[in-house]
Amino acid sequence: MSENSLAIRKFSDLANPTRFLALADRLLPWLSGLTALSFVVGLWLSFATEGDYQQGETVRIMYVHVPAAWLSMMCYSVMALAALGTLVWRHPLADVSARAAAPIGACFTFLALVTGSLWGKPMWGTWWVWDARLTSVFVLFLMYLGLMALNRAIDDPARSSKVSAILVLVGFVNIPIIKFSVEWWNTLHQPASVMRLDGPTIDPEFLWPLIVMAIAFTLLFFTLHIAAMRNEILRRRVTALRRLAARAAGREARAQ
Amino acid sequence: MMSHAAYVFTSYGIATLTVLGLIAWVILDGRARRRELVELEASGVRRRSAGQASGETP
Repeated sequence: MSENSLAIRKFSDLANPTRFLALADRLLPWLSGLTALSFVVGLWLSFATEGDYQQGETVRIMYVHVPAAWLSMMCYSVMALAALGTLVWRHPLADVSARAAAPIGACFTFLALVTGSLWGKPMWGTWWVWDARLTSVFVLFLMYLGLMALNRAIDDPARSSKVSAILVLVGFVNIPIIKFSVEWWNTLHQPASVMRLDGPTIDPEFLWPLIVMAIAFTLLFFTLHIAAMRNEILRRRVTALRRLAARAAGREARAQ
Repeated sequence: MMSHAAYVFTSYGIATLTVLGLIAWVILDGRARRRELVELEASGVRRRSAGQASGETP
């Protein structure tokens, strides 16, 4: 296999798992380094900036809570795109991508819920309320867990990919609900203050650490996702090889 | 009633543990799969597409 044949010239070349593995090996060290660097800067800014005049120190929870919440939705959107890739283009890596993203998305959603709860207690006076925003994010968490369970329940990826892709797309309806829940319903959770049509309404003192932490979390997601996709490809190769070995052993047994 | 700093540190602590857990899972899972592949190849099982650059499935 020459190095030349592994070069990725067009997007469709990524469909080849061997090419993807080569690309992942080249990208991962850089991505990990960049992620670590952004976290160093982000964490430094998170604790170097001043506290809020009303919220005091607890405003620092925002620098973890908000990026985790964004990532929980972005991860699901990546999975929805991958589901389209599975159903429409039958892209061989689409199902690998969706499957690898689910546990990562579940972890980010868990973080958004837990840090939100830890922020809610001192600021709202309660760990949890069943308002539209909190409930819809909790539903997102359950959907991640359900998809992970489904992927594990059906051994053969060829059979599970379609079912889980349809489920991912059906569940995508929850993403706009999460995003707009704070506008459509009367929630204890505050409305958006960064991603607004009329620009952020948050003070630059808090916006900078938030942006750097959001970049760090996004880089972390892509690093983990590419590494998890690589693992998923290797897992499928192991399964295929074991099946091959079992078939060969069966032939030998019959020949004797 | 915890102090405000306690809520902040608990949040960052749980976030750190979750992220480190994810990183450990990805690294250990990758290592285990590579080991299995090496063992299978050592026992003489080869992929049909080994040696070809295209036309393989994941």
